[in-house]
Amino acid sequence: MIDSTAGKNTNKTLKSFNDILPVEEKTRRLNAQLKKRHRKEMRFQMYGVISLLLGFLFLVVFFNSIISKGYTAFQQTFISLDIEFVEDIVDPKGNRDAKEMLRSDYSKLIKDALKKEFPSVKKRKDRKALNKLISSGAVYKLADLVIESPELIGTTQTLWLASDDEIDLLMKGHIDRNLPESERRVKDNSITWVDELVAQDRVVKRFNHTFFNSGDSREPEQAGIMGAIKGSFYVLLVTILLSFPIGLAAAVYLEEFAPKNRITDVIEVNINNLAAVPSIVYGLLGLAVFINFFGLPRSAAVVGGLVLSLRTLPTIIIASRAAIKAVPPSIRSAALGVGASEMQTVYHHVLPAALPGILTGTIIGMAQALGETAPLLMIGMVAFIVDIPQSAMDPATALPVQIYLWADSPERAFVEKTSAAIMVLLAFLTVMNLFAVYLRKRYERRW
Amino acid sequence: MQDKIEYGKTVGDVFVENPRMSVRGANVYYADKQAIHDVDLDIAKNQVIAMIGPSGCGKSTFLRCLNRMNDTIDICRVSGEFKLDQDNIYSKEIDVVPLRARVGIVFQKPNPFPKSIYDNVAYGPRIHGLAKNKVELDEIVENSLQKAGLFDEVKDRLHESGTGLSGGQQQRLCIARTIAVGPEVILMDEPCSALDPIATAKIENLIDELRENFTIVIVTHSMQQAARVSQRTAYFHMGHLIEVNDTEKVFTNPEHKLTEDYITGRFG
Repeated sequence: MIDSTAGKNTNKTLKSFNDILPVEEKTRRLNAQLKKRHRKEMRFQMYGVISLLLGFLFLVVFFNSIISKGYTAFQQTFISLDIEFVEDIVDPKGNRDAKEMLRSDYSKLIKDALKKEFPSVKKRKDRKALNKLISSGAVYKLADLVIESPELIGTTQTLWLASDDEIDLLMKGHIDRNLPESERRVKDNSITWVDELVAQDRVVKRFNHTFFNSGDSREPEQAGIMGAIKGSFYVLLVTILLSFPIGLAAAVYLEEFAPKNRITDVIEVNINNLAAVPSIVYGLLGLAVFINFFGLPRSAAVVGGLVLSLRTLPTIIIASRAAIKAVPPSIRSAALGVGASEMQTVYHHVLPAALPGILTGTIIGMAQALGETAPLLMIGMVAFIVDIPQSAMDPATALPVQIYLWADSPERAFVEKTSAAIMVLLAFLTVMNLFAVYLRKRYERRW
Repeated sequence: MQDKIEYGKTVGDVFVENPRMSVRGANVYYADKQAIHDVDLDIAKNQVIAMIGPSGCGKSTFLRCLNRMNDTIDICRVSGEFKLDQDNIYSKEIDVVPLRARVGIVFQKPNPFPKSIYDNVAYGPRIHGLAKNKVELDEIVENSLQKAGLFDEVKDRLHESGTGLSGGQQQRLCIARTIAVGPEVILMDEPCSALDPIATAKIENLIDELRENFTIVIVTHSMQQAARVSQRTAYFHMGHLIEVNDTEKVFTNPEHKLTEDYITGRFG
């Protein structure tokens, strides 16, 4: 039946499709194939969902670990003491000279206040332990206070002073009180004193300004991230000032003006290679060229910026070239057709159209540079630097290096500082990446 | 089979009196491949000359030689004499930038800049420094949009993006952009092939009006279009200029066998 109807319509020399594959068989095969295809698609979708879930799980674990360890670093324990500013100690000569008052022994004031608070503590060894409740940095606060308002001399003030890092840990619950005393950093008598102070409402936890305002310190309770933030800022400033114009110029020249020949091919291969060179090699290069040959200062942000510019250049060049290449050639023809020169074509039309891609690439490069550690170790930005850098020429350290330094420190209190520094770094990275997304959305053109 | 064909001298009226542009002995090569073979052609003032021929016959290549758009292709070499009025456009003294202000071009696909309608038209006058102030520029823009028959449709949204217009409007915007620098010659490279019939009709009418002020060279795949808009027609075949004649003569009584085969649809 099928054969006879089909035969009429087809060329005699060719078999009809139905002769090769009858309708029922065709339907059966189609359905079988369809089922197979559906299964394949389901599987593919499942792989996608699984990998997404895995990625999300890792992210949750990662953030959970960092935040749970680090959030306490944003708080600091303060102890209130009645400090009597005895004139004989603060200003023995009585001339209110700031320089001389700076040299006075303020720790004596704190010791006296503690002695008054705990009159029962008599033994020399216990006294020493008692004095350790308060941070060794508290003396600077007293000195600043007196120099700023000398009328305090002779009075008694109730002041909140930062506690020592171990008391801080105790208050934050990082020290297990049930451990035997010999295995505990904070001894039984210190715990008794702190508990007494707590009972008198003389202990509080407040927002940790020190962490955000000061530079590094050997004492965890005085250590802050500001030095590293400013160091990173100067490094990135130098990096973007150098790598953005150079990278953009290289990309524009290679993409729009350079003749396509063997030399440009070699350059292109080398740029791609540079992007893959381990960053420690750039550090060695920086050490040899910028510090040893050009004599730039060791540990300075300017050298870090130079080295990271080299590191970031390939990223910016590759991203910019891709963005320039994606500009439709019809726009170039249009501009040339009304008599724009090649340079006007590039500046008026190609670059504005490529800008979102170029900026995105640049910000990604900058984010990379912000997280880069190894080359900075080579050029001495790993040094212990207490002062907050005031310019790119000052010795400085950077955020990731600060994390490395703190992670390497033996004091238990640096654990939370490390996590907190990671959080700060992540916050900056997130802001930068969000900015990249915003720029792309804002300047994207639809053709 | 076609290899055996002897391409003799171009038949018909290659030369005109007092031409706007004249081409003598034009040869164009893409690397080693020759795309145009020894073409002589005069382009008369205030006329539309249509170039027709099968795909790959070199008509677009020839068109792009007339304002040196081929300069942008690295492997392209052009030889021969191309004169605009009395100036040899390939001579060293000629800068391509003012040349393209004298010989404008409209492309196959409408390609407005991703800017406002006003800025699209104003771009040419701006880069050539043609307008002294905003008033003059406004006048040039309005006049160009009027000539391109677009002004009434866009006068309320001159500062909206040019890419938001319909395809036909975009193409007329591109024509306005070309007119805005006051060219003597307008080259059109298949200007209607991406447009629907209504938009095409509008452009064809426009071409007819523009002839009063400009010399127009149009490349087209549509023989009906060539017949409708042009006064002279040139037939290209495999890089050779086969026949040039009045459009009426080419379509009713072609002199060359190849032209006749193409017109009657035997190949192409």
